[in-house]
Amino acid sequence: MLSIEELRKLAGLARIQMPDGELEELRGQLEEIIGFVGEVQKADTSSVGEVDLPAQRNVFREDGEPHETGKYTKDIVANFSDSEKGYLRVKKILEK
Amino acid sequence: MLNLKDLTITKARGAMEKGEFSAEELTRAYLENIKAKNPELNAYLTVFDDAIDEARKIDQARKKGEKVGSLAGVPIAIKDVIMVKGREVTGASKILKGHIATYDATAVRKLREAGAVLLGMTNCDEFAMGASGENSAYGPTKNPLDTSCVPGGSSSGSAAAVAGEMALTALGSETGGSVRQPAAFCNLVGLKPTYGAVSRYGLLALCSSFDQIAPFGKTVADAEAVFGVIAGHDPLDSTSRDGKWQMANGKSADKLVIGVPGDLPLEGCDPRVIANFKLQIKSLETLGYKTQDISLPNLKYAIPVYYIILPAEASANLARYDGLRYGAHVDGANLLDDYMKTKGEGYGKEVRRRIILGTYVLSAGYYDAYYYQAMRVRELMKQDFARAFEIVDAIIMPTTSGPAFELGTKSKRSPIEMYLEDIFTAPANIVGVPAISVPPNLQIIAPHMREDVLFQIAKTFLGEK
Repeated sequence: MLSIEELRKLAGLARIQMPDGELEELRGQLEEIIGFVGEVQKADTSSVGEVDLPAQRNVFREDGEPHETGKYTKDIVANFSDSEKGYLRVKKILEK
Repeated sequence: MLNLKDLTITKARGAMEKGEFSAEELTRAYLENIKAKNPELNAYLTVFDDAIDEARKIDQARKKGEKVGSLAGVPIAIKDVIMVKGREVTGASKILKGHIATYDATAVRKLREAGAVLLGMTNCDEFAMGASGENSAYGPTKNPLDTSCVPGGSSSGSAAAVAGEMALTALGSETGGSVRQPAAFCNLVGLKPTYGAVSRYGLLALCSSFDQIAPFGKTVADAEAVFGVIAGHDPLDSTSRDGKWQMANGKSADKLVIGVPGDLPLEGCDPRVIANFKLQIKSLETLGYKTQDISLPNLKYAIPVYYIILPAEASANLARYDGLRYGAHVDGANLLDDYMKTKGEGYGKEVRRRIILGTYVLSAGYYDAYYYQAMRVRELMKQDFARAFEIVDAIIMPTTSGPAFELGTKSKRSPIEMYLEDIFTAPANIVGVPAISVPPNLQIIAPHMREDVLFQIAKTFLGEK
């Protein structure tokens, strides 16, 4: 049911470069897993209304009391793969 | 030489107060054990040699007569998915190699405030995905009780550290049994707290609606002592719960009713597990508990529900490891290629499998059939447990379907076989209720926020005061 092309597309959406040799093995495993988890479709969920699903609420605090600028910058930047003047440096996104 | 084998938090606390040994001596004894045993067991990924300095500070405070915390001088191991400021925290993944935590998790901050001495970061299945410890990018952990066997997972190193006398206690994390199952395999107590009881701030997110930081203990009282320190509301975790925990409910055994589900999925169980469970029901009755048959009709969907919601949430949570902001970076031709290569090489097989599975169940066309349906069945399971808890105070079932298995056996077969390890433990995470595993292989589950019921039954069962 899952083609290699579909699988490649899924991996692409997840930004994962799959070694070609592994795609076939993964396809078999995913088919098995998807068939197994598909059991949920047998459950009668007609009694579960939309309202039973979690309600949304605002969990964020109001802005205020900022810490001093740069307090954590050094530690955080130290984890970056590349940086410049306290900023994360990445490759050019828009190409000519 | 200290007798670490029979040592508990309660005993250590008493002995240090009386001056029988110091925190420094205790810490040194564990560090020496780590040095001797870790090359074979591979329980620790990082050891904090400067733990001695922390222990000395506790000793000095005690000498001066200063008030010390409830875990003062207690050496503890931390699973490599929990932030400890200034230390390398990798989730046992290659993709986070070199990542230095920039802050302490709330649970770690609370441990420090209580005077605990952090010994190091423990090995685990990569990003806590696994049930044997074999998915670690840094090699499997061995079970100290039988080194041919797995210690269970995903909190493999934390369990092995405590069982191997390489820590007095340890933090693991629970998403579907990652503390209870290794506790069962290593003859320890493992507590999965109520969802929201312990702040998740500083815990690498796997499945945010299931995850909880969770303690191991050699006794129920030890697990309770650590839980008492790390529990509580935290504004930095939006799902953290407000509330007070009753640490002792004062109810006697004969006042509590224990539910035994008639619909447990026992088909795949080792016959010894079933026989053991039957004996345990009798023991609890002998101890004065009333038992009652109950029904949890949707229990059979637990693993399918779990392995839809978990990969779905994991695929979103793990998107952040892009090779730019932390950990490893593999250079490609352009930015997209950087991502593709970093994730392709940085993630292990199981992690890639789950992310792609999660991407599938959330994709247009399949969302309703898988993720949405799983969320609805999750609601049915919550209703099943709520109904059961109207008539019983706790529910029991086995923790695992079999004893610790040999390294390399299950991991070679189909992934589903490993997924079935979670069959009795995943329900508590799906529903959000607390559960405890006590040796040998007994799991007790209580309603939300009723850890006190778990501690009471577990202590009575083990004959702890």
